[in-house]
Amino acid sequence: MTVDESKLDSIIDKHDVEEGSLIPILQDIQTEYSYLPKEALEHVSQRLNIPMVQIFGVATFFKAFSLKPKGKNQIHVCMGTACHVRGAKNVLENLERELGIKAGDTTDDGEYTLETVNCVGACALGPVVVNNEKHHGQMTPIKVESLLSTKPV
Amino acid sequence: MISIKELESLRREIIAGRDTNKPRITVCGGTGCHASGCVDVADAFKSALKSNGSEDSVDLIVTGCHGFCERGPIVLVHPGEIFYQKVTPQDVDEIITETVGKGKLIDRLLYRDPVTNEVKPLESDIPFYKKQMRLVMGNNTSIDPTNLMDYIAVDGYVALEKVLSDMTPEKTVDEIKKSGLRGRGGGGFLTGRKWESTRNAAGDTKYIICNADEGDPGAYMDRSILEGNPHSVLEGMIIGAYAIGANEGYIYVRNEYPLAVANITTAISQAREHGLLGNDILGSGLNFDVKVTRGGGAFVCGESTALMASLEGKPGEPRAKYIHTSEKGLWDKPSNLNNVETLANVPLIMKNGADWYSGIGTGSSKGTKVFSLVGKINNTGLVEVPMGMTLKEIIYDIGGGIPNGKTFKAVQTGGPSGGCIPESMLDLPVDYERLAEAGSMMGSGGMIVMDEDTCMVDMAKYFVDFLQEESCGKCVPCREGLKRMGEVLTDITEGRGRIEHLALIKDLAEMLRDASLCGLGQTAANPVMATLKYFEDEYTAHIRDGKCPAGVCRELIMYSIDSDKCTGCGICLKNCPSSVITGEKKQPHVIDNENCIKCGICYDVCKFDAVIKR
Amino acid sequence: MSENTERPRGEMVTFSLNGSYVQADPKWSLLEAMQFYGLNIPTLCHDEGLTPYGTCRLCVVEIGKGDRSKLVASCMHPVREGLEVRSHSSRVMKTRKMIMELLVARCPSSKKLQDMASMMELKEVRFEPANDDCILCGLCVRMCEEQMAAKAIGFAGRGTDRYITTPFDMTSDECRKCGACMYICPVCELRCQGPQAETTLCSGCINTEPVCAEKYDDATCFMVPCLSCVKGPMDVK
Repeated sequence: MTVDESKLDSIIDKHDVEEGSLIPILQDIQTEYSYLPKEALEHVSQRLNIPMVQIFGVATFFKAFSLKPKGKNQIHVCMGTACHVRGAKNVLENLERELGIKAGDTTDDGEYTLETVNCVGACALGPVVVNNEKHHGQMTPIKVESLLSTKPV
Repeated sequence: MISIKELESLRREIIAGRDTNKPRITVCGGTGCHASGCVDVADAFKSALKSNGSEDSVDLIVTGCHGFCERGPIVLVHPGEIFYQKVTPQDVDEIITETVGKGKLIDRLLYRDPVTNEVKPLESDIPFYKKQMRLVMGNNTSIDPTNLMDYIAVDGYVALEKVLSDMTPEKTVDEIKKSGLRGRGGGGFLTGRKWESTRNAAGDTKYIICNADEGDPGAYMDRSILEGNPHSVLEGMIIGAYAIGANEGYIYVRNEYPLAVANITTAISQAREHGLLGNDILGSGLNFDVKVTRGGGAFVCGESTALMASLEGKPGEPRAKYIHTSEKGLWDKPSNLNNVETLANVPLIMKNGADWYSGIGTGSSKGTKVFSLVGKINNTGLVEVPMGMTLKEIIYDIGGGIPNGKTFKAVQTGGPSGGCIPESMLDLPVDYERLAEAGSMMGSGGMIVMDEDTCMVDMAKYFVDFLQEESCGKCVPCREGLKRMGEVLTDITEGRGRIEHLALIKDLAEMLRDASLCGLGQTAANPVMATLKYFEDEYTAHIRDGKCPAGVCRELIMYSIDSDKCTGCGICLKNCPSSVITGEKKQPHVIDNENCIKCGICYDVCKFDAVIKR
Repeated sequence: MSENTERPRGEMVTFSLNGSYVQADPKWSLLEAMQFYGLNIPTLCHDEGLTPYGTCRLCVVEIGKGDRSKLVASCMHPVREGLEVRSHSSRVMKTRKMIMELLVARCPSSKKLQDMASMMELKEVRFEPANDDCILCGLCVRMCEEQMAAKAIGFAGRGTDRYITTPFDMTSDECRKCGACMYICPVCELRCQGPQAETTLCSGCINTEPVCAEKYDDATCFMVPCLSCVKGPMDVK
């Protein structure tokens, strides 16, 4: 993948160009590309004068970042305690079955990425599934199927 | 730039310009209500008011979280603070014509007491709210979080005016010390003492940081405060900055909380425009500004040194705190870290005085605490109660008890660092010390209620799995210890448990507590040890009898169909993902246990209770 | 390394070490002071020439009295006036042994770990061996950064998925192939030649050092072979 350096610069220049801005800059890049392209990280390394090894460490440490492109639809299943006691595991497993992928993976057609998140903070309505930033409360294994508009084959 | 006098006169103008009798519709815009569809409800109100031309005669505001998330979307109608629950866009026209127009109540939208079936039209009559003491969350129901004028109108920034005009920084620190305010994020350290040591630390550059990286699973009060009343947190921070001598501040918010990020960012720019942030705040000479940083998604960043590492652009690894962060924190400068709820308490204390504040609560735990009352409980939501209220009052009087006629088993407090409290201890008052004595902790305020269908070994495993994933992996005790603890618990839940595993768990737990680098590891065994302390019989049932009494651990349970109850409706057959259910229509069905994956879908979908789990 | 830089040079702090009052340079860590006084403290992530990192936790010592005593990593903790330090109390020994058990379970083929386990009289490993070859002590990472000024390798991932690598797990231009990382690695230097690990624990070398602490709590004599305790190499047939 080739990345547009001027676009990257405009992302970087929105922040103070210093070490402390690394995580906010990576977040903006993640939002822009749905992942962190290697070339983009190399450019950030040069602009911020941060060694690549530190950037790679940060990029693999935090859950918000991904080194692989994510699907068009991002489904997050909340695994917080309140959701857990109300059966989040069964909801997740049915999604995994329906999509044919495990949590953390993206379907081959690039339609869906399925992920778990350790609490989205909507605990009163557990189990919660966040589909493209929209929260759906009181999910069940059966109800959750309706969130998938197009089922991959 | 405005002065204190100008802010005071602005407040008087706003209040004078508001007609208290003007009808107002308040839609709760908290995350819970979002998930229940409040955006559509608010939009429907907007277009309905527009189409009938009452835009100017009726106020419509979307507020932060009201707390009673289970009944969302919530709508309040003023005058009269009429409480409507589970409102849909279809109800909107009727609310405007009947309630706003004619003052009539709409019966089906009112709260009905589940026990007495009595209708409770007013928010203040509903038991869920009645026993609460909403100081920090109180203004959430009446202000638009994106409107600074709303906050100023409810005496917002009065505390800051008072501090800047009448108090020295030392006096401010003393007042907080005197109030007895303790950190609401977990440890319960005295806030005043924390401020004092940062104030006394050598150096000109100091930082005040607001920890809004609310990672505790099952807790969301910080989110609701930031979303619903961001200026209260900001005001607390400015007062803190003045007290400790900081000129720069950071708010570290979870990336998973986009609305909180948006609302606090708006609040900061409004505060800058009105001279509440920046140089020479309110003409007092105080220079202070705040930056918002979104967290990268790591529970360990709730730990102060890990949070600071990530603000510096590094992975969120904690470091040894043998030299305190109040001396060497962010970029090795004296730094003070307070949690959102702690900071939101500060303006209340400064406005009403330390004596007023310390009059609320117990001997060592002052003020109120917001809890997220969730799990197997009727009234889920956020509740704010004075310290010292008993768990029983919170769970039964406010929470309305356990749903579906099930029996209470335990309540988990303190998140992954806390523990569970059994029924025999429900008279325990919530207080930092009493919870710790019971083997749990206050934590950030998650209160997860569990009933007879919750397996305590599975809960212990859940927390260990959670922490394994969230540990930074730096030190051996936490990384390797949690991994092995997880293996042992997996063995127990999958029927491979041995009685000597219990001794191994205790050895691992001691080592985790004694040798881990940071608080995450040091407290990681608490959820395990607490379940072992109060529910050892469940462990032995798994190990010795190969049974999961709660019917949760899959390897130890089996599904079958009661042929007397089965009507042969076929719904289980249709929904079984592994196609192991067979049977003719209108004939009892059968589950092939050999190939059953025990997903429990048949159990959930059966309308005749014919599926048996044992 | 202590941060008490404001003290004038030459002034010493006094603290109690295993019951004796000793003096130390205020800039020292507890570990440095204990090593100065000849105590044998096990470490895996420590090296004199590198910044202390405090990850292996084997160097823990007990400080404070009674109920308020706690364990701290001596490599990170500064010496302080009046501190009460116990380097070999039963709590310390028990903790070190448990940590050792975890480390041997992770890398049973490392001779260094097996030797250390033997020294601590570790008799049993209660976990499935993981057969990894890295204990994530981070010596190589610090060596590469601090002594070689290369910053070619670092930690990636987190929790149980943490590992040491080059960026994107690819050959790095920053790496000069100097080999310093391999030189300093405590684990990969030598494979254990003892009976191969059916039991995870090698036990090829006999236990060479007594641990009197189990008997006397605070005291360990450090004599090899042990002359006062019954346990020791002389008893082993």
